[in-house]
Amino acid sequence: MINKDAQLVDSVFDLAAILQGATRDGFGKGVVEAGEKDERVVLLCADLAESTRSHWFKEKFPKRYIEIGVAEQNLATVASGLASYGKIPFITSYAAFSPGRNNEQIRTTISLNNVPVKIMGMHAGVSVGPDGATHQQLEDMALMRVQPNMTVLSPCDVEEARKATVAVAFTGKPAYIRFAREKTPIFTTPGTPFEIGRAYEVWHSKSPQAAIIATGALVHNALLAAHTLDEAGIGTIVLNNHTIKPMDSEAVVRVAKACGSVVTVEEHQIAGGMGSAVAEVLVQANPVPMEFVGMHDEFGQSGEPLELITHYRMDAPAIVEAVNRVLKRK
Amino acid sequence: MPLHEDKLKSLEKKANEIRQTLIEMLTEAGSGHTAGPLGMADIFTAFYFHILNHDPEKPDWEERDRLILSNGHITPIRYAAMAHAGYFPLAEAKTLRKFGSRLQGHPEREKLPAVETTSGPLGSGLSQAAGIAYGARMDDKKFRVYCLLSDAEHQAGNLWEGAMFAGVNKLANLTAVIDRNNIQINGMTEDVMPLEPLRAKYEAFNWHVLEVDGHNIEAFSDAVDEAKAIYEKPTVIIAHTIPGKGVDFIEFDYRWHGDPLGKKDVPGDPPKEKQAQEALTQLRTLGKKIEASDS
Repeated sequence: MINKDAQLVDSVFDLAAILQGATRDGFGKGVVEAGEKDERVVLLCADLAESTRSHWFKEKFPKRYIEIGVAEQNLATVASGLASYGKIPFITSYAAFSPGRNNEQIRTTISLNNVPVKIMGMHAGVSVGPDGATHQQLEDMALMRVQPNMTVLSPCDVEEARKATVAVAFTGKPAYIRFAREKTPIFTTPGTPFEIGRAYEVWHSKSPQAAIIATGALVHNALLAAHTLDEAGIGTIVLNNHTIKPMDSEAVVRVAKACGSVVTVEEHQIAGGMGSAVAEVLVQANPVPMEFVGMHDEFGQSGEPLELITHYRMDAPAIVEAVNRVLKRK
Repeated sequence: MPLHEDKLKSLEKKANEIRQTLIEMLTEAGSGHTAGPLGMADIFTAFYFHILNHDPEKPDWEERDRLILSNGHITPIRYAAMAHAGYFPLAEAKTLRKFGSRLQGHPEREKLPAVETTSGPLGSGLSQAAGIAYGARMDDKKFRVYCLLSDAEHQAGNLWEGAMFAGVNKLANLTAVIDRNNIQINGMTEDVMPLEPLRAKYEAFNWHVLEVDGHNIEAFSDAVDEAKAIYEKPTVIIAHTIPGKGVDFIEFDYRWHGDPLGKKDVPGDPPKEKQAQEALTQLRTLGKKIEASDS
């Protein structure tokens, strides 16, 4: 059953009726909101104003918008300087380039330097679609979650992306958020609880046998899978694990104990991603059989977003299959 | 501000003391770079004892001038100058590179107050300095931002991205200083990966360019003053320095770039301990021109 406390929209399973939006739009709204709350917020853009939705901030606060050009290493390091002076810089680009290209600059001048630069990685995942593998960032969570001082978030829809953007503005620490290009269902509401480091259940069957721990837009696919499984008499819990770091270990262990098996779901490489982080928690606290839904050590390719999600086995039927596999291992 | 003769003499004396502290620190640490730090002793002395508007008692004073060290590997000379300026006790200088020390092998902002940025990986400091200068200008702050760069780090792309950003944004509150000593780990810069024409490159990026003798404190101070009078452009001072300046067997020899005056001997060279003693003697006697009082 849908967890009522999550205050999701009524049309979660009505694919014809549910509104759709891209999580990058949530960033665009959120950073304007953060800018209204605090004039220290500045935005740095690397020649991708519209596609990163940075142009909304530019229109509202032209003097706090800084153009960097196609130079992602400079994007990170100029922001480091601004942050050490006292600003709250948001840096925007495609995740393939930032934190892809500028990883060392982020490590030394942001994480080790421990200054509050907010790294906003757009177009993460295969759902970028036709642009192909060069632009489909599938390693960003792994790159960012291994750096001390860094907070890593992966919001599930536009509304959560907005909340996450506003929340990281005021942590005083470095942070990374990944966003997607493609429109996906907007299933949370302003009333849905959001707190950095606090995962929440969106689905809880009466007798759950498997916990589906998901992150990003695929949380909706996890809900569709839970619905299908429930009709087949298989109960699950679906946990929206939006904070990759610091991970909500308490919630992860709780659902693993309640179900005795776990399936993780992410639009990211299996190696080093959210599922790996969950495994790191469980192998120490409460080992259970696990299956991983995500990219299995390969690059993506050109194609339509949904076509790619299906091809790389990250759609709802693939999650159902993963649950059936993990149940056989209990 | 112009330098009076007695002030200039006291700065030159101070630079010599700072060099001696540096040799003692490197000898104690047994690792670290030697040539670059010795070559920058005069410029660091000029900054900490004449140019910077700062207060060692209040390292986080908001209006302080910012001194960004991009080539973090020469940090021992910065530490030595900071200790002499009163940022921390001279005795602490000898903890360089030791476990638990605030004086990390490469400088860390979180460890030691007044170290403005963490640095070591080359090519990133100019962009950070430009970010600080940009932010300060947004808020009409009057302090100045200085960025010290090595010459060889101009082989890194990130540096030129920063130069382009500072130029187009006319960051006149930013002054960069290049330690043009022509050496790097693998040899002479113009053999490894040529940097010239450095002046023309910066001019093409909309910078005001000055060139000085990096051991002439008066000339360097005048160049910094000129930079303050240039509007609409950032200024870069190409400071020609002698690597290892002040110790004759280190001067001009690129092998000392990353070599310490430490405990490990190199076959064919005099024992390290003797080299360190010889370096200190040369500094204390001003190249054996005078008699040392304490050695």
